[in-house]
Amino acid sequence: MSETKANIDHTHKHGDEPEHDHEHHIVSPMVYLSIVLALLFFTGITVWVSYIDLGQMRLFDTGFTLYWNPVVALAIACTKMTLVVLFFMHVKYSTKLTKLTVLSGFFIFLALIGMTLSDYVSRAWGRW
Amino acid sequence: MWLFLLTEVMFFGGLFTAYLLMRNWYYPAFVEASHQLNIGWGTANTAVLITSSFTMAMGVYSAEMRRRGALVLFLVLTFILGLAFLGIKTIEYHEKWEKYHIPGIRYSTSAFTNPQSDPEVYKEYHDKPLPPDMASRTEMYFFLYFAMTGMHALHMIIGIGILGFMIYKAKNDAYTTGHVTFVENFGLYWHFVDIIWIFLFPLLYLISRY
Repeated sequence: MSETKANIDHTHKHGDEPEHDHEHHIVSPMVYLSIVLALLFFTGITVWVSYIDLGQMRLFDTGFTLYWNPVVALAIACTKMTLVVLFFMHVKYSTKLTKLTVLSGFFIFLALIGMTLSDYVSRAWGRW
Repeated sequence: MWLFLLTEVMFFGGLFTAYLLMRNWYYPAFVEASHQLNIGWGTANTAVLITSSFTMAMGVYSAEMRRRGALVLFLVLTFILGLAFLGIKTIEYHEKWEKYHIPGIRYSTSAFTNPQSDPEVYKEYHDKPLPPDMASRTEMYFFLYFAMTGMHALHMIIGIGILGFMIYKAKNDAYTTGHVTFVENFGLYWHFVDIIWIFLFPLLYLISRY
């Protein structure tokens, strides 16, 4: 890409860029500021919630018990991750190819963990 | 850059999965061992790292707007916050060293077979003594703790090194004439390291209170 081309790309405002793959959305500082405040807020929430006993739930007759504290903590962590990925990492403003790459990465990761766990929970540990 | 980050997801994913399985397996040991971590330091470090992600994002913005002074300022701030994170981590590691919680090198299970020997932690959690075989599994918790936070810290150290290089280059106008790709890709890396910590923090520090 030539110097002038790059210049044109970066001075374009969102919405009036021509049809090409190099569109470059510049995220405003206000967006970054509100995201960092939200992230700090969620950090406070997750610490606060960890001091409260949210109890547990028997999963029917499977013999497994679900503890709510880790579930809530991970849900908040996932929310924070989503904010970082979408805004700090610009995925919200990226091309479909980038979005697809990120999504497929998460999918593969969850599939691998899921398969490992399904193997783990379905074994008769120590009884074969 | 995203493809590189996906390989990193798989790399850390293996560690997270190991932690998940081991925690279920040796649940009492992992709960009592994680009571040794200081939530105050962990929260402070989370805030530091999130703020550093913000300053890095602002650095990318400054590069896009071609403001050299602002870019250098935000890169330096990110650099300092990265060092602050590592500083706090050093304090925590030092405490582990003093309490004989370094697996394989300097380890003692006495805080878990006899929780009252560690009055500071005992008055907060009132942990019951673990039988010796379960208490020995706390070493696995600390092994994973050091593997995960250590790998994370290594990523921080590499990132801080690249930041230093970028500050030098940014002063010479390397990124404020339209070539923002390097800063942008480094930003992705830095935010990724932030995300890893966003998961490490609750998993290691928070979820074992109840």
